[in-house]
Amino acid sequence: MTERLLLCAIALAAVSGMPGVALGRKSMAGQWIAAVLAIVGSGLGLAGLVFFWMFDDSQPVVIPWHLPGAEFNVAIDGLSAVFLVPIFVVTMMGQVYGLAYWKQTDYPQNGRKLRFFYGLMTAGMALLVVARNGILFLFGWEMMAISAFFLVATEDEKPDVREAGWIYLVATHTATLGLIALFGLLHAASGSYTLAPLAEGSISPAMATSLFALALFGFGLKAGLMPLHVWLPGAHSNAPSHVSATMSGVIIKMGIYGLFRTLSLLPTPPIEWGVVIMTLGAISGVLGMAFALGQHDLKRLLAYCSIENIGIILLGLGLAVIGRSQGRADLVVLGVSGSLLHVWNHAFFKSLLFLSAGSVIHATHTREIDSMGGLAKAMPWTALAFVVGSVAICGLPPLNGFVSELMIYLGMVDLLQGSSAAFGGGALAAAALALIGTLAVACFVKAYGAVFLGVARSQSARQAHESGLPMLLALGVLSACCFAIALGPLALAPIFDRAVAVWAPDLPEAAPRLVTLAPLNWVTLMGGVLIAALIAGRLLLGALLRHNGSTRSVTWGCGYSAATPRVQYTSSSFAQMLVALFSWALRPQVERPKNLPLFPRAARFHSEVGDVVLDEAVLPSFSFAGWLFSRFRVFQQGNIQTYLLYIFIALIALLLWR
Amino acid sequence: MDTVIHNSIHVLLAFGLAPLLLGITNKTKAAFGGRVGPPVLQLYYDLAKLFRKGSVFSTTTTWMFCAGPVVGLVTSAICVLLLPLAGGSVPISFLGDPIMLVYLLGLGRFFTASAALDTGSPFEGMGAAREVTFACLAEPPFVLGLLVLARLSNSFQLSTMLGTSPAPYWSSAGASPALVLVSWSIILLTENCRIPFDDPNTHLELTMIHEVMVLDHSGPALGMILYGAALKLFIFGALIVRLVFPPTSSGLLDWPLLAVGMLGVAIGLGIVESTMARLRLTQIPLFLVAACLLSGFGVILLLR
Repeated sequence: MTERLLLCAIALAAVSGMPGVALGRKSMAGQWIAAVLAIVGSGLGLAGLVFFWMFDDSQPVVIPWHLPGAEFNVAIDGLSAVFLVPIFVVTMMGQVYGLAYWKQTDYPQNGRKLRFFYGLMTAGMALLVVARNGILFLFGWEMMAISAFFLVATEDEKPDVREAGWIYLVATHTATLGLIALFGLLHAASGSYTLAPLAEGSISPAMATSLFALALFGFGLKAGLMPLHVWLPGAHSNAPSHVSATMSGVIIKMGIYGLFRTLSLLPTPPIEWGVVIMTLGAISGVLGMAFALGQHDLKRLLAYCSIENIGIILLGLGLAVIGRSQGRADLVVLGVSGSLLHVWNHAFFKSLLFLSAGSVIHATHTREIDSMGGLAKAMPWTALAFVVGSVAICGLPPLNGFVSELMIYLGMVDLLQGSSAAFGGGALAAAALALIGTLAVACFVKAYGAVFLGVARSQSARQAHESGLPMLLALGVLSACCFAIALGPLALAPIFDRAVAVWAPDLPEAAPRLVTLAPLNWVTLMGGVLIAALIAGRLLLGALLRHNGSTRSVTWGCGYSAATPRVQYTSSSFAQMLVALFSWALRPQVERPKNLPLFPRAARFHSEVGDVVLDEAVLPSFSFAGWLFSRFRVFQQGNIQTYLLYIFIALIALLLWR
Repeated sequence: MDTVIHNSIHVLLAFGLAPLLLGITNKTKAAFGGRVGPPVLQLYYDLAKLFRKGSVFSTTTTWMFCAGPVVGLVTSAICVLLLPLAGGSVPISFLGDPIMLVYLLGLGRFFTASAALDTGSPFEGMGAAREVTFACLAEPPFVLGLLVLARLSNSFQLSTMLGTSPAPYWSSAGASPALVLVSWSIILLTENCRIPFDDPNTHLELTMIHEVMVLDHSGPALGMILYGAALKLFIFGALIVRLVFPPTSSGLLDWPLLAVGMLGVAIGLGIVESTMARLRLTQIPLFLVAACLLSGFGVILLLR
């Protein structure tokens, strides 16, 4: 039943954009059809998941396929189910949001293309998550990856967008290359493309390590793991915001799914894998956030935060791998649950943030944080949604980010009682997680403050207006998801226990459950107490203010009362000290006036944090490769006779060689 | 019955006497300066006055401006309830509550800094930027210190780590808790914006950190901020006192011990403030990195 519902959902998602292609360029009908189909499809899919969780119902659908080695083999299990939730929820909200954000009537030239590929991308993701055959997995993977390229390049008339799309395409193909090698090797090891766990001892440690390395490369590239993140900031910032929300909230999680799935197939991992994953996670987390702090572009800032959250997810996964290698069930349960819950959390709060950023960009027509300001007055609901998303992404109570981070912390604390090495590693990882949390607070105070608070810094920000109902609806639903997870994690515990059982089949039956390891009831209680106390405090303050009276005046400016919006602290000045502390990694480009005369004239200051890995490693090495290959151009004569000669020579050479 | 008595003392003592700490500190500073100084109860008078006063709001501000003081006060208040003040009895205690403590303080910081930015004032922006920057450096050593205690006490619950811990920290691994103590003292000074990190009495907005963030707050909102700050000082003071004084066998004797300890913290704070000069702003991060390293050494010493 579940699989059939899911296949219906996949089919509906895939066709959702197609009627619109046949309809007129100026008609909204196609867009409404797409939205309705997406809602129905996601609804069916979620219903299927509920059915699966309640009745443990799974009947794999297996249909033979002509391709060699391939088989249409679709089945659901606890791990797939967890990843399907964000796919359905976020893409559904993306389509709803798009109704007002990317109206067909406003974008007649690319709206139909966008929805066509949006549907295909959704279907591709859902398909790869339920695929139980390597070829089918790659089929879904490419469907997602190629559609995402067209989505990033929606506004392909802009050079920036084309460049971002191009880098994304190169990156995603490189990732696919790694995955083809991975599945090829898996086939060589197991003799089939079916994704079933390999028996203990059936493959050599060297083979297992190669498989792990390929998975880490291919899936890590898609997940945006530092330093493989080079495609991510550009692609996320140049795509339309609901596409960015989907990319950041869901697509990069497919990389995480791939890692989870591959690790679940491989035999018991050595502890080094876990250490590698945790180290990469800590680096991605801290540096991702540091890069985010340096950004001036709201969507680039959010994109770097995705890298940071992937880091947190990997910290959890690394814990679980260590737990599995050491036979520590508590680490496995806390690591997998924390990591997977963070996948959900990040999907919800990051798409919430991207969508509210989209509303802001829609209203102000700029992505520059320092051209915004004061938008909380014009867009109160969007501002509220951004606060909810910000508090959640900082991992602060009473929102959902706290719950998953708490689980990961508890896992690290469980490490503390072990050997010296475990204690040192656990302490370092926990300190890194704490640093990530405070950097996130700095980053999101900066983002919220510069965008929504103070006074408008530009004319377009002064003319901003609240966004339309569909956009607010999407923000509301996603905020509600954040609150629901934060206040009722107990209800979700069985879902994650089920995923743990799939991921680590070698775990004993009597392994501890999530409920016994994490104080989920206390999280709910403390969240409730906190919210109630905040409301009470606000009411008390309100009553005092009403009783004592209050007046309105200008902001205190040390006696200067003719301040202009330009005197406000900008987002770059806000982050300046932290960017300076991290300048060894961020390498900010600062252009400041030098040798000012006694009576300075107008001067210019400019600071920018580019992507170090992209600018200083990837692009130079690519241009070097380009130069190298241009040496071969002498062979490119352009007439067919020469090419025939090459073929002839090559054949002779092969014959001689054999 | 015992819990009820302990919890009542806990609430009365913490919420009632927290403002007294600053009064004692200021008296100490006055004594060093050869002045009479404000009465010990000055903060109570200030609070009573502020809660009766009207307010002035900047026309720039939104709901965030009022949310700052409320969240700051409420988070500090809940943190107070998480502290083990005497023995192992704590009003709220669960596995992982140290993380709750750290993140609640983070929540308060998020809203206090946002409320500062709400005014659009460059000075408050500066203060907010400094606050969040220094917090980034102060939180990792704080957490590392907690982890050292977690390792020593074999638990991750404040009531055991700092309350009834069976492991006598000081005799078994004296160096580590000593390093944590120094590191936490530095954090106490930073988090509560005291000299040498920030001067609460400075008159120049450009050099302030915490004070400048609340420049525009007035009346009851300012009262909430001042009271929240007093609670925050109490929280960090109590953590240090509990680290230094192991619990006695009779639970009730812990309360006078705590009072003596807190008195010591307040006087010590006054002595530090009277004898030290303020650090240059650019040197503060170095000092905080030192705190981080101290906690780090505390971790390393436990590796064996």
